Amino acid sequence: MTGRRLAVVSAGLSRPSTTRLLADRLGEAASAALEDAGLGVDLQVVELRDLAHQVTDNLLTGFPAPPLRAAIDTVVRADGVVAVSPIFAASYSGLFKSFFDVLDADALAGTPVLLGATGGTERHSLALEHALRPLFAYLRAVTVPTAVYAATSDFGTAEAGGLDERIGRAAGELATLVAGRPPGPPPVPSVDPTPFAELLAR
Amino acid sequence: MQFGIFSVGDVTPDPTTGRAPTEAERIASMVTIALKAEEVGLDVFATGEHHNPPFVPSSPTTLLGYIAARTKRLLLSTSTTLITTNDPVKIAEDYAMLQHLAEGRVDLMMGRGNTGPVYPWFGKDIRDGLALAVENYALLRRLWREDVVDWEGRFRTPLQSFTSTPRPLDGVPPFVWHGSIRTPEIAEQAAYYGDGFFANHIFWPPEHTQKMVGLYRQRFEHYGHGSADQAIVGLGGQVFMRRRSQAAVSEFRPYFDNAPVYGHGPSLEEFSAQTPLTVGSPQQVIERTLGFRDYVGDYQRQLFLVDHAGLPLKTVLEQLDLLGEEVVPVLRRELAVRRPATVPEAPTHASLRAAARTQLQGSTR
Repeated sequence: MTGRRLAVVSAGLSRPSTTRLLADRLGEAASAALEDAGLGVDLQVVELRDLAHQVTDNLLTGFPAPPLRAAIDTVVRADGVVAVSPIFAASYSGLFKSFFDVLDADALAGTPVLLGATGGTERHSLALEHALRPLFAYLRAVTVPTAVYAATSDFGTAEAGGLDERIGRAAGELATLVAGRPPGPPPVPSVDPTPFAELLAR
Repeated sequence: MQFGIFSVGDVTPDPTTGRAPTEAERIASMVTIALKAEEVGLDVFATGEHHNPPFVPSSPTTLLGYIAARTKRLLLSTSTTLITTNDPVKIAEDYAMLQHLAEGRVDLMMGRGNTGPVYPWFGKDIRDGLALAVENYALLRRLWREDVVDWEGRFRTPLQSFTSTPRPLDGVPPFVWHGSIRTPEIAEQAAYYGDGFFANHIFWPPEHTQKMVGLYRQRFEHYGHGSADQAIVGLGGQVFMRRRSQAAVSEFRPYFDNAPVYGHGPSLEEFSAQTPLTVGSPQQVIERTLGFRDYVGDYQRQLFLVDHAGLPLKTVLEQLDLLGEEVVPVLRRELAVRRPATVPEAPTHASLRAAARTQLQGSTR
């Protein structure tokens, strides 16, 4: 049985947090779908609230403190990522964006990513399409077609086409993409320089 | 092993008083600091080159020429000389002139600078940064080594039968270091020419330095200048000392918390753990500094940053006293014991002149 690594990034700020709740459900559903396909899963959760100071420090100093370094490594080495943000002022939260700002620009290139967001009302659901998806397009991640938005009201209903169904569909899409790719870390960025004769000849 | 200090030349308000020195005061203090470095027995003073406020040292050879006249032994250097935006013809001339006036007590560290807008101020395009560093330095080397140069390149008007004056002192160009934080091509450039490589080694985790120095050493050997452990390596470092460790921490904290570059970010304790910054007693500085060779190997030059973030001149001079009296003598002794005989010293004018003579005698025989 070959294993796959899933990283779940949650940018919720309160405790307990609805964002974390959605992130966990998406992560569990994706794990279950991969296990159904006969694949082992190593699921790691990155809770950005715990790293909020370090994310800001990284913006100021240009390098991550060791715990943030470990979180970044978890995300960039994952075979699939679940990224969930609360919607603040019509977009992802500042903390969510800052975390992805401190990754190398190509760290998520080609990585399947499932997008999720939470908000007080369903009126903000398209922020997923207008804000989160373009961010991950820039990072050249492969976002799955279904992005999952959970409003407060979603947690109270079990109707057809409701949150459970959307989570299942999105998790299935992520699992299909992850299962279809060889597992393993992306190539380690090399420090090999251009040979000097080539630089001189340019 | 050479020990010294390097200065950014920033005009920063003292956070404990709110008062910033005037440009005149800051320039005068850089001179005072350099003279003090010689007085306490340090080997090197290096100045940054900047062309925007809040920095004062836009004209390094003016500053270093003045210091040269008032010192006897101190080696004068830069940290860094902008090889991208300065005309290599002017660098060749300015530093050869300084070399004559300082009787050979000159070397340089090339850098690309970290201020994007500086490029257009000197008619250059930042997108050409690396290519400028490569072409300009190749020309600079020829201007110092060939009496008459015909040259054509991408970034400046061609030269025909051009002689840069004065010629380098004794026909020996100043030794050159290449400074970089994280561009592997600069380590490659230093290795290609067999020049020195200086790792900034402040404000960043040591892993960066280790990676870059490792690459430089490996490529130095590849290009046939000697074995990897014979490559010429310099390191930066940042220290603040008081006899009592806790006194150093409490005195430095407001300067740390408000410093340019890293201020208002991590705590002093976190930053000290994550970067080579050492705030404490002279003994702590000695121990930390002795540990640098564990990840870069035996190296040739150690420069400390002691005068930034608005520290008052008096405090900086006290730092130099501690460096000269308590830290550097121990480091010299301890590092000499640890260094294998095959590891060379950093080249100086005297050693390069001697090597050139030996080579000349060899070729006429």
